[in-house]
Amino acid sequence: MTRSGSPAPARLAFPARTLLMGLAGAVTLLLPLVLPLFQVTLLVNIAIFAIVAIGLVLLTGILGLTSFGQAAFMGLGAYTTAVLTTQAGWSPWLTLPAGLVVTGLIAWVLGLLTLRMQGHYLPLATIAWGMSLYYIFGNTPALGGFTGITDIPPVRLFGWSLTSPRTFAYLALLALGLVALGAQFLLSSRVGRAMRALRSGPVVAEAFGVNAFRLRVQVFVLAALLAALAGWLYAHSQRFVNPTPFSLQAGIEYLFMAVVGGSQYVWGAVLGSALITLLREWLQDLLPALIGAQGNFEVIVFGVLIILTLQFARRGLWPLLERALPQPGARLLPQRARLPERALPQPGTPLLQVEHAVKQFGGLRAVNDVSFELRAGEILGLIGPNGAGKSTMFNLITGVAPATSGRVSFAGRDITRLGAAQIHRLGVARTFQHVHLFPDLSLLANTMLGGYARGKAGMAASLLHLERGEEAALQHEALRQLERVGLQEQAFTLAGNLALGQQRILEVARALASDPTLLLLDEPAAGLRYGEKMELAALLRRLRDEGVTILIVEHDMDLVMNLVDRLVVMNSGERLAEGTPAEIRANPAVREAYLGVDLTEDLAGGAA
Amino acid sequence: MQIFDPTIFPILAADGLTNGAVYALLALALVLIFAVTRIIFIPMGEFVVFGTLTLAALQLGKVPGTLSLLLVLLGTAALLEAFTWVRRGQTARGLLTLVGAGLLGAALWALTVWLVPLKPPLTVQVLLTLLLVAPLGPLVYRTVYQPLQNATVLVLLIASVALHLALTGLALVFFGPEGSRTPPFAPGNVTFGQVTLSQQSLLVILVSALLMLGLYVFFERTMPGKALRATAVNRLGARLVGISPSSAGLLTFTLAALMGGLGGMLIGPSVAMTYDSGFLIGLKGFIGAIIGGLVSYPLAAAGALLVGLIESFASFSLSAWKEVIVFTLILPVLLWRSLTTRHLPEDEE
Repeated sequence: MTRSGSPAPARLAFPARTLLMGLAGAVTLLLPLVLPLFQVTLLVNIAIFAIVAIGLVLLTGILGLTSFGQAAFMGLGAYTTAVLTTQAGWSPWLTLPAGLVVTGLIAWVLGLLTLRMQGHYLPLATIAWGMSLYYIFGNTPALGGFTGITDIPPVRLFGWSLTSPRTFAYLALLALGLVALGAQFLLSSRVGRAMRALRSGPVVAEAFGVNAFRLRVQVFVLAALLAALAGWLYAHSQRFVNPTPFSLQAGIEYLFMAVVGGSQYVWGAVLGSALITLLREWLQDLLPALIGAQGNFEVIVFGVLIILTLQFARRGLWPLLERALPQPGARLLPQRARLPERALPQPGTPLLQVEHAVKQFGGLRAVNDVSFELRAGEILGLIGPNGAGKSTMFNLITGVAPATSGRVSFAGRDITRLGAAQIHRLGVARTFQHVHLFPDLSLLANTMLGGYARGKAGMAASLLHLERGEEAALQHEALRQLERVGLQEQAFTLAGNLALGQQRILEVARALASDPTLLLLDEPAAGLRYGEKMELAALLRRLRDEGVTILIVEHDMDLVMNLVDRLVVMNSGERLAEGTPAEIRANPAVREAYLGVDLTEDLAGGAA
Repeated sequence: MQIFDPTIFPILAADGLTNGAVYALLALALVLIFAVTRIIFIPMGEFVVFGTLTLAALQLGKVPGTLSLLLVLLGTAALLEAFTWVRRGQTARGLLTLVGAGLLGAALWALTVWLVPLKPPLTVQVLLTLLLVAPLGPLVYRTVYQPLQNATVLVLLIASVALHLALTGLALVFFGPEGSRTPPFAPGNVTFGQVTLSQQSLLVILVSALLMLGLYVFFERTMPGKALRATAVNRLGARLVGISPSSAGLLTFTLAALMGGLGGMLIGPSVAMTYDSGFLIGLKGFIGAIIGGLVSYPLAAAGALLVGLIESFASFSLSAWKEVIVFTLILPVLLWRSLTTRHLPEDEE
């Protein structure tokens, strides 16, 4: 393969953005020195709250799970250090890991309990758990009840006590900086792509080998750990703790920070934290004077503000700001090693065998005793009228919904009971009937998701950017696949800007990035124009000639008849016929199923 | 255990059933709202609070702040509606909407301001309370949720929490921080052998049961009820046969606000209601609704009764831990649901 086609990514804008970010950072570092003391305290709070909100960006904005219980996790971190420093005399540097362990364990158990369920149970569970923990803090005499614990020692650094907000601000800002950087690293990694894929539901993520449940638990625990870190900082900046800042209402406010700022952006969390904290400060002075009574009236404004944000700027305020900033240029990492490749099976040997497959939904047999075989190096078409059971068969093979009885084997292995992710790792890749891409990411990033199962880097390596070698290999592999399907010119444009036909082809490139021996295509021609269909067919033929075995489920008779080597026809859940396109054309049972008995038109022309 | 003492047990049980009956009403409303609109309606408890505190204000001969909220929401909804008409080129209908809303608001205002100083009998006050609280449901739906109709469950949930906060803050402005109780509809006690129960408890249980029966008849026998059920089963399908999701949402929220307001007046005599009690009350309804998986009405009602009973016994023996026990209960319930519910993989948008 030639390397001439790879485009030069735009690099120009990158330094401008870095410069701007550096400038903003420098100004922030000056703030604790020049601001009045009270405002420095606010700055510390903004930094601490932003850490919690960044956890919510990962959990809510990227993964699509909502937690109202982050303040409670923060409370666990704060109370752990408060108790251990005041009652057991531990150093704050030892209570930090202790708090993280306690919080991590509790979050892990809660995650195991709730993360298998549909998305909306988790927020409800976190509401209940946030309330319970608040009352536990308040009703336990050893934790000081509702008055709390005072005289928490300051953090000491190189023999220096961080008692003043001015010095403590640097610790808080350092923590925020590290957390923000780690979160950015995570989002631009293999794990980050898997997290984004999970947002639109487990089917897509699992099709590329992601263990959806495990990833959810990991991110949930990570968000809880960030909250615990914030709690530790909060306890040592206030030097006392009581239950109020860890109540459910505080938990709700953290979510608001993420939503108002922009829940899909790390800097959105920082912006949201600053906005809500400053707004609250201002409203707490203004509203009681206006209304003439004391109370938390600012919640009215917050509530209305959130509703308006959701109605008019659902992605939050950061994207509006970001538009004005210079965009980061795309960067290609220097390639060191190539990813290992699978050996292709001997052409003509049986690759996929379906034997007496049955799928029962209640009283309906969607697939009834269907058997067929797919040989390496061929294109097999699976066709049939609507409701014939084609999609169900597709789900049986890909592990989305396992067969009720019968057997499916791939490359000599029984895969009947394996999950979608496991089947994918054996070398089965698929595309989707309804295109599932990240519209906001480049073609390159989209294609890299396909290589997920070929990488190994986990959460920790991704947070610290220790996986750059593997990431480089994935990038170059993705570029190669884009080149293979002819999309290399647009590698750095956003997937959302492509026409439907190109999006389908991008899905093929993404599937190819997993180095599959079997490629499954679910109605790839649906909604395509004639020219696009021809391009798709040419691409699929070329892939077959390169040794990829293809199973295509399709309605478009024209395309199928001119493309495939063999066909399996299904009707009402049963296998009606199997053979070459010519044999199928002549088969009277097929003609009847498709066209009714009386029609004499040629099948290829008539049913498309 | 002291709670099994024959003189105490029936009292606690009756208390639990009384509160549980109200939680059951809320649980039913929550299941209904979720099924029809996919909204997890956290502010349900605020309807209860507004019910109790509006009635309490009327008792004192004060014009309740509920009226201002109602008028503001009515104005906003009318403006939104008029704007939609004008944008479709039907300026006349837009103006008509504004005039109609103006007249309606003026009528409500005049009625309230005229009735309140007269201190009418309790029945009239109850009716006036319902007249002020029930329209909050559809108005809130129109102004907050209808613009978010195509949003995900999660976005709707966040909007719900925001609305809950705003309503709590407004309740503080309208009614102040002090708690209020409302008079019982039926003062006096009934004695069964050794056990004495208040007539109000019996009334609460009876009214709740009647309301549930009414709902059952509404869903089984009437066209709007069937339309709501159809929407709950399949939103797109219901739309195709001409049921508008917006009108289904408006109807659902009217029912919910009605049930919430009535529930508030039913437990008003036994609970010292403050501006922020709604959340805890609504959440207890939620635990019931979750026991029913947010789909099953009978299970939701049974679950809510159970919550009421547990709360009542817990408050006697471990009063400081009452809330902890009730809310920690949700975790085993969720575990049980996650183990028994089979999850088909689905594409959530």
